[in-house]
Amino acid sequence: MPTATIEDTGERLARLQETIDDLLKEAKRQGASAAEASVGSSSGLDVTVRLGEVETVEHTRDNGLGVTVYFGHRKGTASTSDLSPAAVRDAVQAACAIAQHTQEDRCAHLAAPELLATEIPDLDLCHPWAIEVEEAIALAVACEDAARGYDPRIVNSEGASLSTGFGIHVAGNSNGFMGGYPTTRHSLNCAVIGQEGEVMQRDYWWTTARAASDLEPGRAVGERAAERTVSRLGARRLSTCEAPVLFRAEVAAGLLRSLVSAINGTSIYRRSSFLLDQVGEPIFPDFVRIYEEPHLLRGLASAPYDGDGVVTRPKDLVTAGVLQTYLLDTYSGCRLGLQTTGNAGGVRNLRIQMGAKDRQAMLRELGTGLFVTELMGHGVNAVTGDYSRGAAGFWVENGEIQYPVEEITIAGNLKEMFAGLQAVGNDCDFPGSTRTGSWLIDRMTIAGE
Amino acid sequence: MVRLSKPTLIIPPSTQTFIMTDSLAIARDSILAPAGLAESDLDRLLGSLTSASIDAADIYFQYSRLQSWVLEDGILKDGSFSIEQGAGLRAVSGEKTGFAYSDELQFPALAQAAEAARAIARSGQDARVQVGKAPIEHRLYEPLNPIESLADQDKVALLQRVDAEARRQDPRVREVVASLVAVQDTVMVLADDGTLAADVRPLVRLSVSVIAEDKGRREQGASGGGARADLGYFLLEDRALSFAREAVRLALTNLEAVDAPAGSMTVVLGAGWPGVLLHEAVGHGLEGDFNRKGSSVFAGRIGERVAAKGVTVVDDGTLPGRRGSLNMDDEGTPTQNTTLIEDGILRGYMQDKLNARLTGCASTGNGRRESYAHLPMPRMTNTYMLAGNRDPEEIIASVDKGLYAVNFGGGQVDITSGKFVFSASEAYVIEKGKLGRPVKGATLIGNGPDVLTRVSMIGNDLKLDEGVGTCGKEGQSVPVGVGQPTLKIDSLTVGGTSK
Repeated sequence: MPTATIEDTGERLARLQETIDDLLKEAKRQGASAAEASVGSSSGLDVTVRLGEVETVEHTRDNGLGVTVYFGHRKGTASTSDLSPAAVRDAVQAACAIAQHTQEDRCAHLAAPELLATEIPDLDLCHPWAIEVEEAIALAVACEDAARGYDPRIVNSEGASLSTGFGIHVAGNSNGFMGGYPTTRHSLNCAVIGQEGEVMQRDYWWTTARAASDLEPGRAVGERAAERTVSRLGARRLSTCEAPVLFRAEVAAGLLRSLVSAINGTSIYRRSSFLLDQVGEPIFPDFVRIYEEPHLLRGLASAPYDGDGVVTRPKDLVTAGVLQTYLLDTYSGCRLGLQTTGNAGGVRNLRIQMGAKDRQAMLRELGTGLFVTELMGHGVNAVTGDYSRGAAGFWVENGEIQYPVEEITIAGNLKEMFAGLQAVGNDCDFPGSTRTGSWLIDRMTIAGE
Repeated sequence: MVRLSKPTLIIPPSTQTFIMTDSLAIARDSILAPAGLAESDLDRLLGSLTSASIDAADIYFQYSRLQSWVLEDGILKDGSFSIEQGAGLRAVSGEKTGFAYSDELQFPALAQAAEAARAIARSGQDARVQVGKAPIEHRLYEPLNPIESLADQDKVALLQRVDAEARRQDPRVREVVASLVAVQDTVMVLADDGTLAADVRPLVRLSVSVIAEDKGRREQGASGGGARADLGYFLLEDRALSFAREAVRLALTNLEAVDAPAGSMTVVLGAGWPGVLLHEAVGHGLEGDFNRKGSSVFAGRIGERVAAKGVTVVDDGTLPGRRGSLNMDDEGTPTQNTTLIEDGILRGYMQDKLNARLTGCASTGNGRRESYAHLPMPRMTNTYMLAGNRDPEEIIASVDKGLYAVNFGGGQVDITSGKFVFSASEAYVIEKGKLGRPVKGATLIGNGPDVLTRVSMIGNDLKLDEGVGTCGKEGQSVPVGVGQPTLKIDSLTVGGTSK
């Protein structure tokens, strides 16, 4: 089921485009002045092994369609997992029924025709993996074996999983937009448990890519999971203090995501962001450049057009520390009197310009302070920027890791943390669409014993 | 004060039998009939899923309808309707599970899924299985469709009243977003152990969030509630408007908030939603899968003391009308009231069928799944601590210096190390037994196995939350409830910025 040949793909693409045509025609027939629709069809295989044995084999297969109809500036939306002609009719009818009750909203409209994607570049996003269940199991077992054999303190496992998925997504609207393309995504992950005395710790590692050949080898994934787990054993608490904090690259990516949600058009027009009215203002030190690359070949978040059908474009979000733009879709752009930036559905392949220092050099730059490797909980207030999260990591003195720490919190305010960014490392070592090295923040409050 | 015993729906006993067959009839009409599936097809499907080396097999049918409305800037700007349907087929052999699902309910698609799912076991002859009849014992909500329980224009009018109520509270209220969601979820479970059961589950939720602005400072407040009931729930006792007032009160309180303290201190948790503490600190760690695998810090500790005397925690799926309640779990097992911790001693885990079978005990009716496209696993329902005998005011008065936290956002736990967090969104300093200024939101962090041993006072004011909780585990979300009385914890780390 996870396998797909190129011929199949062309046929399925054509069939889904027909469904879009049907949805748009049906919307017109039922009196809508405009409509947009999307359909998707995906299939895949997930296997999980634990302690060398198969735990689950899941065959996934999902279909879905969504339609939004406009009656002037009133709109209604419907979706269903059923792609049959009857379901198409019913979905449009349900959307029209909703639109009877929504109210005039001048910004409820499709993107202007001149902004819509007309050519769909091939971003090399589809590499089906014709892997059999037995082979998938063997790869997962090898990955987990590497973790379990890494250190005698690895005493238990949550298992390793391999997953592969293939999907086609097609979208269109009554302003003439029609786009669709197939994508694949494969991943392998492993989580193991270490024990020292009575205390257990767990950690994990993973790899994910558009093409199976781009995945990190299973052995490396397993060993990394084990190494991370073992490094947490013997964790202590800290006394409450103020100190500089180095965010490991994968947790620094979370700070980038906080920036993205704060400059999202919806947060801005709802006045629920700590970065209101900041375009053109410095929000980071001047060495900082943050940008998105939506057309990256094989990129995990690459897309030729956004959720409104608008062409996506590479752009800077922050140049020389200064905020360049909000991230707008058609609706939020209209609400703010601005044009969409092609960010309906978010930012694609977000990056920060990395510095010259590797991990060791960043630790030396930290000097004495906290190296945070894990954050817990939801303690980010998007309206005020107040930041308070559970943390685990390592205490560092004079650039040297001393011991693992846990059951502490770190707190500050994102606006001040952004302004207090001292350096970005070149130690980007985690998979995913966001690329950043570690971040050194000048000072935060650490709460502990 | 909302009390546990308060039923939101009362069904006269004489009508129960009729309604019991009703859920199954509704499931047959809305799921099997449109797909042209006959009883004999179900027997065949279950038979083809089962062979000599299969220990357990089940089929889960689901037909779910959801309608939502969003009001913003005083305009009802968005509405949506969605239908999700499908079937998940599972074959279990030892600790191995084969699983496939289909959103097409016609026989050939299901037969193909059955074939894929049972490939987990060595091949063998189809078993002969006849699905039986298992009565559901509970009647915790009616098999109604909340989407049709109120005319669409009345839903719109309700949200407009909520918006107006929020705005008239205070001129500092700037933005109001209100949303209303109604779901009817019809599920039907067939299993080779003879289970044939259906449940029609209504679920409604109303949420309000406001931004208040004063002298350039902006703060948010959010409130809401929900139940397994029809939308009339929000019209009773002025409920919808009280959510609007509560959201405004929180935003205005936050406008006055000063930096939260940092460090270990005495923390008094308010009654109700702060029970998210229990969900994170002990709840997840007592789920059967983690304990079978030995990955939970609570594994193998039944009979040991994990909390102070007087602390009794239960997971109770049988409370009428509650968001976390179910007539049966997603494996067809009736839900129950399971004692997790009794007077401080660990008594039991929450089990689904698989983990119960592998550890030689019985399912506790906690086998839940997000949808037909997900595998069931042990999940919480409504998790709460029973009341003690202290007056809440007496508890606060007993604290010389500490924090009183009454509202929370979400939480998270690492079940292996036991470390958990939950984030306060409304809190006050306590000084010399009196409540002081409100403080900004802060994350609280602790260690699951010992935080409850530091409970030194338990209030007499047990309260459950308003019905807003959603729990995520391994990528699956399910609605849950939490609750507790006012609690004093002698030492907990508070993640503020002020020393």
